[in-house]
Amino acid sequence: MRPSSFLFTGLVKLLVGAFPRWIGCGPEPRQRIYFANHTSHIDTVAIWAALPIRLRYDTHPVAAKDYWGRGLRRYLATRALRAVLIDRSRSDPNANPLAPLIETLQLGGSLIIFPEGTRGSSPVPAPFKSGLYHLAAQFPTVQLVPVYLENLHRSLPKGALLPIPMTCTVRFGTPVALEAGEVKEAFLERARGAVIKLAGHIKA
Amino acid sequence: MTPRQKMIWVFGGVLAVLIVASLVGALLGKRATSERSRATIDNLKARVNAWWVMIVVLAIAFALGRTATLVLFAFASFFALREFITLTPTRPGDYVPLVLAFFVLLPAQYLLIAHDQYGTFAIFIPVYGFLLLPAAATFAGDTHEFLERSAKIQWAAMICVYCISYAPALLLLKIPGYEDSNPLLLFYLLLIVQLSDVLQYVFGKLFGRTKLAPLVSPSKTVEGLIGGGLSTTLIGGALAWMTPFTGLQALAISFVIVVMGVLGGLTLSAMKRGLGAKDWGVMIEGHGGMLDRMDSVSFAAPVFFHIVRYFFT
Repeated sequence: MRPSSFLFTGLVKLLVGAFPRWIGCGPEPRQRIYFANHTSHIDTVAIWAALPIRLRYDTHPVAAKDYWGRGLRRYLATRALRAVLIDRSRSDPNANPLAPLIETLQLGGSLIIFPEGTRGSSPVPAPFKSGLYHLAAQFPTVQLVPVYLENLHRSLPKGALLPIPMTCTVRFGTPVALEAGEVKEAFLERARGAVIKLAGHIKA
Repeated sequence: MTPRQKMIWVFGGVLAVLIVASLVGALLGKRATSERSRATIDNLKARVNAWWVMIVVLAIAFALGRTATLVLFAFASFFALREFITLTPTRPGDYVPLVLAFFVLLPAQYLLIAHDQYGTFAIFIPVYGFLLLPAAATFAGDTHEFLERSAKIQWAAMICVYCISYAPALLLLKIPGYEDSNPLLLFYLLLIVQLSDVLQYVFGKLFGRTKLAPLVSPSKTVEGLIGGGLSTTLIGGALAWMTPFTGLQALAISFVIVVMGVLGGLTLSAMKRGLGAKDWGVMIEGHGGMLDRMDSVSFAAPVFFHIVRYFFT
């Protein structure tokens, strides 16, 4: 693990705690896609910091190229967090935006994704985009773990630079799987429901 | 005895008590049979283990000197404030005052103490913080429950930063005939406050029948309060040798510390229950959060500081 990773996750833990709560599964070393609600720029680091160190190395956050692709942010994202950058703007209409994710999964890595596609400001996530469904269909053996980030929407409101220190828990729920013949919309709504269910979970 | 020797004696005494407590925990753990007594013993062990960690951290800070002690308390304030704000409902309109509380008021308060600025540190948060925090919130243009929201942030800053900072501020006091001994005074305060909490818990577990304030603090009992409070006061009197006080003065002052500690525990317990929580946080295993351990300190420290400053400097 790089010193910059330690520094970065340490700082985030000092500010927002990022206490893990393994509610529906354990921190097992198997290939997974963690999918979470998205309300702030710290979400990615918070989930990553909540994972045990041995799982961090091969768990890659997916970050938007338009925000994390330049300068210091790029350094933090790709070097400290080992993130996979995704092109939200689809600058090349023929390219599959999921390609870098698929490549990581083919190499056996795990991912952290935010299926809403953009940050929301409410404690409950917005409807999911279809990326999660495509990945689930293509990689049936990869476990899909719902994650709920509590309080971060209060800590770093959209547009704010400095997070307000606040204890945030990262709740890992029971894995969901794409069922045989399940249509896209039904699956995405079920996955979103799994994240919302964790929001109501009593503090451990 | 030199101040250093005195410090070694009190730390040694505390370590001896902790060793006994750990042994008692291990023995009781072997004898516990029912589910309920198991849970009590496990909690007792967790509490004792947390005490070990806290006393070691404090010893290291003391050994490193005044700056390290101030930094330690600044972090205690930071974690307490973080817990307070986590439980307090805030709105996006509170962003600026919250940032000010964490990143301006807190470091400024401890810097003022580090630079021996009594005149400023004593009024900084009660005057400037009090007026400017709500003023900073007005610019967000959100008037929904404005008075309530202002009060919450003001109370958070007062308890977690201002009141707690009075404990390390004891290091500033210049007491004739007590030079280089101020860390002992800080240790005395912490010892009396925490001992009072522990002994009230022990007396309550052994003899507790009558609940003191069942809705505010369900574990507090009248028997625990009287037994724990009186025995702590007596110990406080017996420890006069580590303070600039005579035996009688030490007795009276430790009684005041105990009373303020109880009031602090009750008040902050009422606040956290009003916010819908049983503990302030989860930082210290067996105890809850930082504020569950610092609640009595936050009420006792300012009063103790001003008594010493008024009568002994």
